[in-house]
Amino acid sequence: MDKIHSHRQVAAIKHSLFDQGYLDEQFIQLEELQDDANPNFVEEIVTLYYRDSSRLISNLDHTLERNPLDFNKLDTLMHQFKGSSSSIGAKRVKAECTLFREYCRARNGEGCRRSFQQMKKEYATLRKKLETYFQLARQAGPLETAYRPK
Amino acid sequence: MAIAGEIFRHNLTEFLDESPQLHVLAVDDSLVDRKVIERLLKISSCKVTVVESGTRALQYLGLDGENSSLGFDSAKVNLIMTDYSMPGMTGYELLKKIKESSVFKEIPVVIMSSENVLTRIDRCLEEGAEEFLLKPVKLSDVRRLKDFIMKGKVKEGEKRSLKRMRSIDGSPPLSATCSPISLPCDPSPSLLSPLSSKKARL
Repeated sequence: MDKIHSHRQVAAIKHSLFDQGYLDEQFIQLEELQDDANPNFVEEIVTLYYRDSSRLISNLDHTLERNPLDFNKLDTLMHQFKGSSSSIGAKRVKAECTLFREYCRARNGEGCRRSFQQMKKEYATLRKKLETYFQLARQAGPLETAYRPK
Repeated sequence: MAIAGEIFRHNLTEFLDESPQLHVLAVDDSLVDRKVIERLLKISSCKVTVVESGTRALQYLGLDGENSSLGFDSAKVNLIMTDYSMPGMTGYELLKKIKESSVFKEIPVVIMSSENVLTRIDRCLEEGAEEFLLKPVKLSDVRRLKDFIMKGKVKEGEKRSLKRMRSIDGSPPLSATCSPISLPCDPSPSLLSPLSSKKARL
């Protein structure tokens, strides 16, 4: 019963992540790529994403400090970051990226800075939520064992 | 007639032994996207080589002008999937280089992009891209691509078998309907339209 409860908890967390718009369909696509040989593929990709994108974020930070702002460079950097975010299904992060790029095109520095701050918040929130989710999912173990009769 | 039958069987076994595993060369500057496309392809039973740039892709194929020790034999790539926006050489530039090569121009090239820009799509298709996929690429996209390429391989193999038979005993080839291969291989126009429909859907 314990195992089944854990699985229900994991399912509930996942459900709310989708409900609240943190994740989109792409996350499910990634889950479909998991199998017995690669049971933690999604967690691996998400970990890779956070590690790899930190470099892009600090680059964006530095570029935003320049005066005058190089909007073309900002747009290019954000395009890359948006791509990766999209690949893991990070819906809210992706939305902020889109907004940022619109501000770039409008040459609106203040708008860029604002949406960048907002993006970083979403990025951090998602990270925490996913960490919790993956931890619980690992603890719950594979679904089959939860329902196997003793 | 018995002799022709034996030759037919022999050629078919030869053909069937060429276990048709697709070798895909994937090109993307994003580490995350490389990992995802690699997984998508592996789970679809493809052999995968992933590189991070157009330059590396050309090096792998042996097209970079350097005397590559690999040579064409080692590459034997059946499909190239490349991201469009990459620093240095774009996917479009890579596509052009491949289509300009007498050795590699027959290899289907698929462009992947997160941006749905019609002029970009048109340009790529005009340059000879097989398809333009919107990112993030899905498993269903890969499966569809694989089916399309595999059909091409079966038809190629059949043509080769028929040619061999013709040259061996000089008699006209046996009817293609004798094929024991279960894959549907009728030359219907739908072979190309599933891919062209991507453009229509946009």
